[in-house]
Amino acid sequence: MTAALAALRRPGRESLLSPVRDVLAIAGRNLNVIRRTPRLLTFSTIQPLVFLVLFRYVFAGVAAKTLIGIPYVDYLMPGIFVQVTVFGAMNTAIGLASDVQSGLLERFGSLPMSRVAVLAGRTIADFARNIFVVALMVGLGYAVGFRIHNGTGPFLAGLALVLAFGLAMSWVYAVVGLAVGDPETAQAAGFPVLAPLVFASSAFIPVSTMPGWLQAFAAHQPVSYTASAMRALVLGGPTSAYVWESLAWYAGIIIVFAPLGAWLYRRNA
Amino acid sequence: MTVDAGSAIVVERLTKHFGSLTALDKVSFEVGAGTVFGLLGPNGAGKTTAIRILTTLLKPDGGRASVLGLDVVKDAAAVRYQIGMAGQYATVDEHLTGRENLRLIGRLAQLRRQEFRARADALLTRFGLADAASRPVRTYSGGMRRRLDVAAALVARPPVLFLDEPTTGLDLLSRNELWAVIRDLVAEGTTVVLTTQYLEEADRLTDRLAVVDGGKVIADDTAASLKSRLGSSVVEIEMADERSAASAAALLAQRRGPRPERGSNRIRLTSSDSSAVLMDALHTLDLSSLRPTAVQIREPSLDDVFLLLTGRHADDSEPAGKDLTSVRSAA
Repeated sequence: MTAALAALRRPGRESLLSPVRDVLAIAGRNLNVIRRTPRLLTFSTIQPLVFLVLFRYVFAGVAAKTLIGIPYVDYLMPGIFVQVTVFGAMNTAIGLASDVQSGLLERFGSLPMSRVAVLAGRTIADFARNIFVVALMVGLGYAVGFRIHNGTGPFLAGLALVLAFGLAMSWVYAVVGLAVGDPETAQAAGFPVLAPLVFASSAFIPVSTMPGWLQAFAAHQPVSYTASAMRALVLGGPTSAYVWESLAWYAGIIIVFAPLGAWLYRRNA
Repeated sequence: MTVDAGSAIVVERLTKHFGSLTALDKVSFEVGAGTVFGLLGPNGAGKTTAIRILTTLLKPDGGRASVLGLDVVKDAAAVRYQIGMAGQYATVDEHLTGRENLRLIGRLAQLRRQEFRARADALLTRFGLADAASRPVRTYSGGMRRRLDVAAALVARPPVLFLDEPTTGLDLLSRNELWAVIRDLVAEGTTVVLTTQYLEEADRLTDRLAVVDGGKVIADDTAASLKSRLGSSVVEIEMADERSAASAAALLAQRRGPRPERGSNRIRLTSSDSSAVLMDALHTLDLSSLRPTAVQIREPSLDDVFLLLTGRHADDSEPAGKDLTSVRSAA
């Protein structure tokens, strides 16, 4: 019996572009999953909406006493933009943890695809998702009275800065997701990191209203720098220091967490 | 039916530790090109670890392994072009449709667009999933998921296919369907390595198999040859209950024939002259008005082989009596 043996596969269309194609394939798949998972979709749309409406109307009265000269909604919106992107980054943890749990990372690991595509595709999909959520929040912000005071250019620059922060935070959450390996735990583990970052910051309330020991943390963490930079870009005023401090934070976060994520990924797959 | 087209897979003294656990202990075997090779053993024997190393998911601590002449560590990227893998757990994305899953895998396997699209549709039809192709996988039954998982492993037409317990948890019909698919693939020249806990599966599908236990290969042979080491066929007598089986076994033990082995309500007699043994056994039981509920003469199964090699049933963790372990050292 001489069975014809299956031919060796020639490495197919591999080229310099194939890693890019792999990243896009994974990113496209991740966006499809977000679109079709009600839990993730709610997380991206309803939740930020609820936060915006609550903060806008619940805190406005109290905040008016400490803010001089600007309506609370204009103070709040930059904080809301930062909050939705930082919360959104948790998606990275949930998504990666699901892929660890389902065994899909194993399948990807046995395929002749770019080794970085799973992580890069994940963070890029979550970046795209954040663009959508931020655009949604701009519309909702306008509906509840938010206005740009300093021109469209600086405002868009501010949004870009916020999105860059979201991308950096995605790498933090990639590490969380790969480390815990199941989506429920990822969500539970993500929150204790996220809540102090977002709430003990200048995102919703000026840091000067907090007790001294908390101010030390709140004034120097990346959410506050980003919110202040965005605020300066929207309302006018000196911006460059805040912007540079923010960018330095993002660079630091990526330098620490991207290699850690890559290492955990190799260990998992 | 040995086709000497060389070895598709060569595994030499492969060793892997997880902490203090030795998952693989100097495992060696070769798989002929275009054949089906089985790794048979109970849970935790090291089968999956071997597959994970061969599919480049895990690096060995010692030894080496090659697939089609490519080293699984040094040439891992090249190996990935030649292999397909389907796991014990169906690793498909349940939020995507069946078609989207196959297309994604095809894309990531570096196929051209027309190629992976055509291939996805052909496989969906072949695996009876054409009607469900546009439905999200989370609406699929367990059998459908598993078929999709195997289809995903085939998108790139890999010459070497790894199936890690492909039929675990499948119903009989799905299992038979999958076996037919594997036979077709081999007829097309694919080399298949499968792991299984099902003795019947290894017996029915594999050209050659390694029995693995505690990270070691304890036998590497053809299923037929392993069975012939028992040198006989098996007469199995089933009684209505354990009590009647015990008295029947006691009666048969007094006869000159083979020593009866009893497991709950079944009695097993191993012999080279099965019809004479069966006639004699039935006659003996009839004299004491003991009526079997079922009688069977069969080829020794791989479970019998496992018992011979390890002194344990394939699904036991406790070693059996001394007499069987002495058989093992003789074997």
